[in-house]
Amino acid sequence: MSVTKKKPSVEDVDYAKNAVNSRLSPEDKIRYLKDMFRIRRFEQTALKYYTTGGSMGGFLHLYIGQEAVAVGTVSLLGENDHVITAYRDHGHALAVGMSMNECMAELFGKATGCSKGKGGSMHFFAPDKNYWGGHGIVAGQTPLGLGLAFAVKYKGLKGCCLCFMGDGAVNQGVYHESLNLAALWKLPVVYVIENNQYSMGTSMERSSAMKNCLAERAEGYGIAWDVANGEDFYEVRARTAAAIKRAHEESLPTVLEVDTYRYYGHSVADANAKKYRSADEIERFKTHHDPIRLWRKRLIDEGIITDKEADAMDADVKLEADAAAQFALDSANPEPESIFDDVYWEVDNQTDAGKTGRHFFGD
Amino acid sequence: MPLITYRKAINEALAEEIIRDENVVIIGEEVAQYNGAYKVTEGLWERFGDKRVVDAPISEAGFIGMGIGASMLGIRPVMELMFWSFAYVAWDQIINNAGQCRYMSGGLLHCPIVIRGPANGGTNVGATHSHTPENFIANTPGLKVVSPATAYDAKGLMKAAIRDNDPVCVMENTVLYGELWEVPDEEYVIPLGVADIKREGTDISLIAHGRAVLTALKAAEILSTEHGINAEVLDLRSIRPLDEEAILRSVAKTHRAVLVDENKPFCGVSAQIAATIQEKLFDDLDAPVQRVCSLDAPAIYSPALEPLQLPTAERVVKKALDIC
Repeated sequence: MSVTKKKPSVEDVDYAKNAVNSRLSPEDKIRYLKDMFRIRRFEQTALKYYTTGGSMGGFLHLYIGQEAVAVGTVSLLGENDHVITAYRDHGHALAVGMSMNECMAELFGKATGCSKGKGGSMHFFAPDKNYWGGHGIVAGQTPLGLGLAFAVKYKGLKGCCLCFMGDGAVNQGVYHESLNLAALWKLPVVYVIENNQYSMGTSMERSSAMKNCLAERAEGYGIAWDVANGEDFYEVRARTAAAIKRAHEESLPTVLEVDTYRYYGHSVADANAKKYRSADEIERFKTHHDPIRLWRKRLIDEGIITDKEADAMDADVKLEADAAAQFALDSANPEPESIFDDVYWEVDNQTDAGKTGRHFFGD
Repeated sequence: MPLITYRKAINEALAEEIIRDENVVIIGEEVAQYNGAYKVTEGLWERFGDKRVVDAPISEAGFIGMGIGASMLGIRPVMELMFWSFAYVAWDQIINNAGQCRYMSGGLLHCPIVIRGPANGGTNVGATHSHTPENFIANTPGLKVVSPATAYDAKGLMKAAIRDNDPVCVMENTVLYGELWEVPDEEYVIPLGVADIKREGTDISLIAHGRAVLTALKAAEILSTEHGINAEVLDLRSIRPLDEEAILRSVAKTHRAVLVDENKPFCGVSAQIAATIQEKLFDDLDAPVQRVCSLDAPAIYSPALEPLQLPTAERVVKKALDIC
């Protein structure tokens, strides 16, 4: 379970043989490759429209380079398992099964967007898929994830919440409060620290005091912790499965740190994306540690897919992303009247409570 | 009708709602085994047990945020803040998560959570424990806020707040917890957004919420007995949603208004009420709208001075006489 080094010596462990991986069918494995292709192509397409201007506003935090984390972890979830994350949320949204159309349209601020154009890039939600966003304030979602786990336990269900966060979130007070409560009340939450090594432009070394790794801080709360190599899809699944099992069977939390890397800046608006780290470093990760490239190679080595088939799948996915962009472009903007919708449940549902007293002010 | 305290009235509301709905859970510091820092939750833990009444560590951002997350999945947490002043360490959770998540999701989720506790000055506990953040909450579309002045209203509004499907902040008052009022045995619910005329009058409207209502009632008595002025006292009860019609009806009748508000004056609740009155009733007014708020400095500790910092009946009377 626990490891004592930042980089555990795991080279000799073949995670493919882990029970959660050995049971995977070739179709499952190919689907996961496609899921990762979809995230990357979706974001590359979004980036194209963001940088050409006019289509999108605000922020665009890209997940490119981290795809195996969302797809690997989410691939393990059942009907009473929930997901919540921060603002780098496109990957998780697509991994839980949201459509490219609704996500792309949200980036474009259109009425057909998953949040009707009210949330934007950072706020994708799909409660019907147990996906609770999409949150903008660093670590602000960590007690919400705890609350989802509380609700699961309160209702007597066997489930958990995977609460994703970046390495920059570990120094926020509310995360530590959440860890304390998770341990104190034995809540089935898994904090997945997606450690892409930079909190905006500040490296982990410059922002976080630690002994060996970030997850190890859980030790102080008596919480189990683990570190996974995020470039290895099998390893992500194996280590996440252990945390989920702990949540399901013992109703106990886990802090799981997954080492990963983002190729783009903190957001596309990050003017210094290539200044606080070297171009060589980025290139090294792209060449040697890319999770999609590695998974694709693995499947080819296993004889499950050919290079040509993988290329064809990727090409299909790219078409899907292009079509999503077209869908977004063709979609209508939200109506001005909709500004006052979705503020209060009681007003939206025209209940007596919603019709009593003035809810909105101004003109 | 039995006389019970404001504290007991809230206690009864909580107990009744725990029984009515299995998803109602009380969470807060000292709410269970200690029986509540202000004894509002007295006896509930003994009656309903660990699952329904939960002691939280001193960790407001953590447990309020947790309650908001749980509410998204259908739990109906009633979170106690020992003081609303402590909400400031949980501000991100209350404002951004409880207040904005429904909107940012395009209405895909809602947060049926109640956050309650005392929000008042007047007990010599210094500036950090004497905040009245109802104006901040009311400034946040997505949140609702009520401020009951009596035990009757506290019970009825609390029940409505717990049944509401939006986040509701209930601002109570430690000075009122021990006050007795008539509260019927039979069940009742007071809808949010309905003001209440606490005293009928014809000459001037005194408009207030929370404990300031009692200050206004005292002032009305003085105006009546010493000055022959028949003041109406309108208790807003609910700040957002706001019973704007009741305000306009009262002022249209009396043509004069003094707003009494334990908030600080700058951007306080009464500033919004004043703006509404001048905008909609300009031609009906016989005098400028006046305000009596807490004096505009941090809450002073001095037991001799703090009562003067809060609105007093004397200040209200003076303002009323200025315009009558």
